[in-house]
Amino acid sequence: MTTDQYVGLEVNGEWRNCATSARTSLADFLRDQLGLTGTHLGCEHGVCGACTVLLNGTPIRSCIMLAAQAEGQSVTTIEGLSGPRGELNAVQDAFCETHALQCGFCTPGMVLAVQALIDSNPTPSTEDIDEAIGGNICRCTGYVQIREAVATVVAGIAEEDKVSTS
Amino acid sequence: MTTIDEQAPDMTVTQESVASGVHDEPGHRYLSQPGRIREDRRFVTGSGCYVADITPPGTLQVGLVTSPHPHARIVSIDTEEALKIPGVVAVVTGAELAAETNPLRQYLDVPEVQWRPLAVESTRYAGEWIAAVVADSRAIAEDGAEVVVVDYEPLPFVMDPEHAAQDEAPLVHPSHGTNVMAQRRFVWGDVDADRARAGRSTTVTTRWNRNSTVPLETFGAVAQWDQHRDVLDVWASIQMPQFPDQVAEALRIPSNSVRVHFDVDVGGSYGVKRGIKHGVLAGFLARRLGVPVKLIEDRSENMHGGDFHGPDRLFEVELWYTADGEFTTIRIDVLDDEGAYPGRSPLQLAKPIGAIVGPYRIPSAAYNATAVTTNKTGQVAVRGFGQSPTNYAIEAAVDAVARDLGVDRLELRRRNFIGPDEFPYRIPSGTEYDSGDYPGVLDKAIEISDLTSLLAERDDLRAQGRLAGIGFAACLEYQGTASFRERDDVAHRAVIDARGREQKGSGSANALITAELKPAEGGTLVDVATELNVSGRAAQFGRSLLAEVSNTMVDEFVRRLEVMIGGGDDSPSVSGPEPSAGGSGSGVTGSAALAQDDLDVVRTIALPMLRKGLPAIAAALIAGLIGMVVGRRQRRVAGPGRIPVTYVLPYPEGRERASFLP
Repeated sequence: MTTDQYVGLEVNGEWRNCATSARTSLADFLRDQLGLTGTHLGCEHGVCGACTVLLNGTPIRSCIMLAAQAEGQSVTTIEGLSGPRGELNAVQDAFCETHALQCGFCTPGMVLAVQALIDSNPTPSTEDIDEAIGGNICRCTGYVQIREAVATVVAGIAEEDKVSTS
Repeated sequence: MTTIDEQAPDMTVTQESVASGVHDEPGHRYLSQPGRIREDRRFVTGSGCYVADITPPGTLQVGLVTSPHPHARIVSIDTEEALKIPGVVAVVTGAELAAETNPLRQYLDVPEVQWRPLAVESTRYAGEWIAAVVADSRAIAEDGAEVVVVDYEPLPFVMDPEHAAQDEAPLVHPSHGTNVMAQRRFVWGDVDADRARAGRSTTVTTRWNRNSTVPLETFGAVAQWDQHRDVLDVWASIQMPQFPDQVAEALRIPSNSVRVHFDVDVGGSYGVKRGIKHGVLAGFLARRLGVPVKLIEDRSENMHGGDFHGPDRLFEVELWYTADGEFTTIRIDVLDDEGAYPGRSPLQLAKPIGAIVGPYRIPSAAYNATAVTTNKTGQVAVRGFGQSPTNYAIEAAVDAVARDLGVDRLELRRRNFIGPDEFPYRIPSGTEYDSGDYPGVLDKAIEISDLTSLLAERDDLRAQGRLAGIGFAACLEYQGTASFRERDDVAHRAVIDARGREQKGSGSANALITAELKPAEGGTLVDVATELNVSGRAAQFGRSLLAEVSNTMVDEFVRRLEVMIGGGDDSPSVSGPEPSAGGSGSGVTGSAALAQDDLDVVRTIALPMLRKGLPAIAAALIAGLIGMVVGRRQRRVAGPGRIPVTYVLPYPEGRERASFLP
């Protein structure tokens, strides 16, 4: 039950090697052992999406995955999205711009879910957007501004493409 | 009982201008620049600091043993197995806690109803905490909680509030002798004569079901006792100003020995983040063990035994009326299910008295309010805690009358609205409505909602065999008042006296506002001078915070003013000044809700009371000046606003206490 084992994985581009008990969830491992408290726990049974992190670029729920299962893989948390001096990336910036958050508790998971969408599909349809954030619950905003944030990011990408090809 | 914390000294500060930002000029500053929210940056980067993120060195974690029974005698608690688990430091039961603490505060005079963080002798709802296991990690604490053996003797229980009110019902608190916690009857006006005049009546029962708002973050508290300073530091996910006092009172320590860190980010509350029992339990354990202690609910603990459940109110409304559909008198009976421990919830039954007849001309009224306990989790202030349930009940009765008479439901409402020419209007329970244009608000609601299209859509859906309906509600809530002291439409100058009262009655905020609009190059100069007078508990927060709040309020006022003037053709079609139609004491919901919800006046968690008191004033301000502004429609206003602000902070008024209660 309390048997410790070493887990080696890449977190936000850095290799981390830590002893942890076999039953420790990836979320608890990130929060308690690595101090990455941006990953939030809302329901602890895979329903609310607050604990979303990217595993090899794909959004997963870190509360229902064991840390040991992430052995040798690459994890991106919310702390890994901004620049070294706290510069916001495009998704984070769009959330601020469109007021896509209030209490901020769901925000890290929401931002990461959107990031994964944009990375895999720079021109998502409205249905794609809804599908991408469909597993993340927000109790404050009512989702309209979150959709707006995604649309803002998508528009930004389109603008960049236009500039680079002209 | 008055604590020293409540007493703020007299303070008078005159502030000529508040300069900040790059656009400022001496004596002036620009308002209404589009802006981002300051805290969003930390939230989008995962740098927020919620209570679960706070872990002082050496922190131990708490796991809870909870009751599976709605009502049972606790025969014995065996903690031996739990204490054998490596990493489990202590197991504390209700008896041990009760020996060294006071019961948690009830707002009623019910000495036999003792509410404590951990149940003593018997448990009164499923999910109630029985014992706390303290361990090196939350996982180990949960392991410990699983092997604590509690021997229960199940007792008869009562779930239904109507049953609870009856004599033969099982008692939730036997030594109190009844499940009725409070009962008051009111009669205003000549009810008998008004009934006789009516000739007919309709009685409607409605239920405002128990519900919850479910913040994504559960409740949590971290406590650390400094034995060298006799100070308890508490970090918690709270929104409740009385928290430090109540924690201190329960722990039998002076209130200035409790330091609550109000800068903790709160992951949603919607009214439910109170957490007194959490704070007291964590504080007790931290003192006893001499180490920081952290208690973070999991979702299951939150939903079963946490501060989570809203009011469950049963209404019987009897409305009397003439053959012409004129309302003559109303009787409202309400039965409120408080759950196992009433806490402050029964106080809310007093709230409807301020607007007992809603927006209607009803000359007399009877109001009978009863609060009962049941074997359910205690009720907390889930949003919709104010007058919404009563509004729902009254409006259901109005619809029933329309059906009975075969009259259009909007027509019936119009017939009974207090007319714009009848103000000031004193309702039977004593409130004076200062002003309003209820038919006007209804017209606007019909126009904005495009009722004709909605009805067509409804009929289409029905034709497809689907269920569709459109509901109407005209309601009114007491928020605050505003009246013109002086008004000069030609010079565009007004002096407004605005009064807001904190909704829970523990403080008030009054403001005398002088507003002047002057032509200026490129726009209109908005000149607003405010004298803000805050009393009650809010005053203890000090003048710098109040200054910030006031400035935010005035900023918001000017911002909205700008939107209205700058909106061109989109400007609201308000004809003439409407001092408070919709915005304050006598608005019909719709515009009132709009004005209040749109205002994020206070962004700091330290001032939850002002957050409730001041929007009323700001709303009043905005409503009060619409008429003047619309008369001066210009394309753009970005003028500098000068804000001399005067604060007067008197000694506070009495402690929170509803006159409704015996």
